[in-house]
Amino acid sequence: MTVAAPAQRATSVPPWRDLRVLRIVAQLVALGLVLLAAYVLWTTLAQNMAAARLSVGFEFLRARAGFDIAQSVIPYSPSDSYGHAFLAGLINTLMVGFVGIVLATILGIFVGVARLSSNWLLNRIASGYVEIMRNTPLLVQLIFIYVVLLQLPTVSNSIALPGSIFLNQRGLFMPRPVADTGYWAWLALILLGVVLAIAGSLFSRSRRERGQPMYRLGRLTLLAMLGLPIVGYVFLQPLTFDMPVQERFNFVGGVVLSPPFVALLLGLIIYTAAFIGEVVRGGIQAVRRGQLEAAYAIGLSPAQTLRLIVFPQALRIIVPPLTSQYLNLAKNSSLAIAVGFPDLFSVTRTMANQTGAPVSVIVLVMSTYLAISLFTSLLMNIYNRRVQVLER
Amino acid sequence: MTAEGERWVRPTIGERLPPPIEPVGPRAWLRQNLFNGWVSSIVTVVLGSVLIMVGFLIAEWAVTDARWGVVTSNFRLFLIGQYPADEAWRVWLALLIASVLTGVSAASTASRATRTLAAGLAAGQALLGLLAASSDLGPLVGLAIALNAIAVWAVFLGALRFPMSRRVRTIAWIVAVPALFVLLQGIGGPLLRLVPTNLWGGLLLTFLLSVGGIVLSFPFGVLLALGRRSNLPVVRVLSTVYIEIVRGVPLVTILFMAAILLPLLLPGGLRIEHVFRALAGITLFSAAYVAENVRGGLQAIPTGQIEAANAIGLNAIQRNLYIVLPQALRSVIPANVGLFISLLKDTTLVAIAGTGLLELLGIGRAVVAQPAWIGAQIEVYVFISVVFFFLCYAMSQASYRLEEEMGVGKR
Repeated sequence: MTVAAPAQRATSVPPWRDLRVLRIVAQLVALGLVLLAAYVLWTTLAQNMAAARLSVGFEFLRARAGFDIAQSVIPYSPSDSYGHAFLAGLINTLMVGFVGIVLATILGIFVGVARLSSNWLLNRIASGYVEIMRNTPLLVQLIFIYVVLLQLPTVSNSIALPGSIFLNQRGLFMPRPVADTGYWAWLALILLGVVLAIAGSLFSRSRRERGQPMYRLGRLTLLAMLGLPIVGYVFLQPLTFDMPVQERFNFVGGVVLSPPFVALLLGLIIYTAAFIGEVVRGGIQAVRRGQLEAAYAIGLSPAQTLRLIVFPQALRIIVPPLTSQYLNLAKNSSLAIAVGFPDLFSVTRTMANQTGAPVSVIVLVMSTYLAISLFTSLLMNIYNRRVQVLER
Repeated sequence: MTAEGERWVRPTIGERLPPPIEPVGPRAWLRQNLFNGWVSSIVTVVLGSVLIMVGFLIAEWAVTDARWGVVTSNFRLFLIGQYPADEAWRVWLALLIASVLTGVSAASTASRATRTLAAGLAAGQALLGLLAASSDLGPLVGLAIALNAIAVWAVFLGALRFPMSRRVRTIAWIVAVPALFVLLQGIGGPLLRLVPTNLWGGLLLTFLLSVGGIVLSFPFGVLLALGRRSNLPVVRVLSTVYIEIVRGVPLVTILFMAAILLPLLLPGGLRIEHVFRALAGITLFSAAYVAENVRGGLQAIPTGQIEAANAIGLNAIQRNLYIVLPQALRSVIPANVGLFISLLKDTTLVAIAGTGLLELLGIGRAVVAQPAWIGAQIEVYVFISVVFFFLCYAMSQASYRLEEEMGVGKR
């Protein structure tokens, strides 16, 4: 057989039957169709927007917003620009998302463990909770919580909780910590505790990896992390508290968690925790029974077994679905508008109605949410890789 | 053997021991499951007393304080929204047709999952009839809906004897779905007056949006999944970008976009109803999720199947149509039921996305604003939650059954 023969045969295939040509043609056709559709849509959009006197572009971001935002982490007033309002909404969303993710994880782990409990009552209550949360819409839950919060007593009949905390229709009023003279020294002490704890765990890990006997540093770490701040707090007196004081119509001073904020956060947490609970349960159940038996056989205590054997292995299975639950929580925070909390979507909806540039606003809000999602999954993927390295 | 001398055999039969005491009976059960150690006992006592207290408070509220009149006197709104009362019979007729078809299909497929669904449907309709009879709809409508429940069971039992063939069933559904839509919307004239979709509301609209969304997004999602698995880079990148963008943004923003942008994307003068804007948004959204489900099914197909298809000379289209998709789609049915459940819940978002539509939650929000029922908000939201819970729970149970069945009968 000659070398040239196959090449000869390949060229003899007509182009409409040549797979290489067909592949390129198919891709060009697909690309062409998409571009054509985009072009047609864009021209009609431009025509219609011109006819309706709507503007394209982002100049409006510098204009005066003129609407108020009920609560904001950063200072904001109606005389600020639309860009500033957008930022205020974004930071509100990020805050709800972050706090929500942390608290939902903690509650979710409890729910997952409760679902595995041998106590029948705890087990049933946990599964009832999960079923109710999973089978009713989050939006209905949010509105429901909000409505229930509004049934709380009026300001004059506030429920007084220990520690100058008051609960009423207007929200949860708490003392606000204010920095005093020893504040920075106290912060430095806390940082020192954290550094000591990290150093201790690194030292203990390096000994373990070199095959030397492990030190049991758990108590010392706890002492550094908790003891130092407590001792420092007693001696330095770093904080004073601004107490909420009841006046005729409302409370003055302190810090307030408004009903919309509490309803949104609470709703997101208890909804997502049900899903996280199922993820955690699945992860723990996926650890093979032999692993547990082996751990007990080499004399580990139940707590050690959980910490050293079950949890690291469960984590590999838990992290990917946990990531999608975090993404869901971040996206679901856009339901804030239903309870009147000014998050990103709520602010941009007002902007879209006022600015006369709805398309720009929609592009802005969607790309911002996309960026939040991508960033969250990036972080979780980095963490996931670290957890997965445990595999041999 | 050397160990011969060390062997020892017991010369007598040992005395008979009593059988081990099996921990059975209620006391043993309590000890094992509720009072197993002091931690467990404390948990049981604390949780039990809290549960009893809360249950008592809720029961007391539901029986004495709650004003359920807000639900019963607005029942028609909750079910069909602004749909004209004179034409409401069309909704009940559509419900009957859909129920009968479901009953027949459930019996003919001989699957426990669809039977669960049919049983749930019948029970739900019986309940609905009971509620309707004591509401503003009157006993006649209640009776009609209750007859639906009986009809479901009658055709179910009938079809168990005389199952309908698969082809007839498929054709019946394909004909019925558009026919039902025409029946509900009307064609004009005295018999079937035109009822524009913006009058539809309540549970009817919730169903229209969720069923319409899943049905319309399915072909789109399958194409996207095939595109994402394609070996043509351009097609793969386009599909992946679409799927990831849609999955990265909240549904509200997509619904909002559909409400504002869609009218601007149509050539001048063409109007699009609010319902179809929302439906388009939901379809675009759920197509990405359908695609990810289907992709999971595609990945589960052994390479041998594809190689075998190539070996017998099928081209790409034939291979997907006859070999790959039938297996892949079959295996993702449970996942798609899950998707439908979340879509059903997500239809509530049209109430806040500025679409101006009143599905079940939107109607609820309108009802609590009625001057006659100021302060009866909790009752309304409890009712809406219970409706959703019933629907979603029944479907998720059916989906579990389906998963079990498919696990057993896996090919």
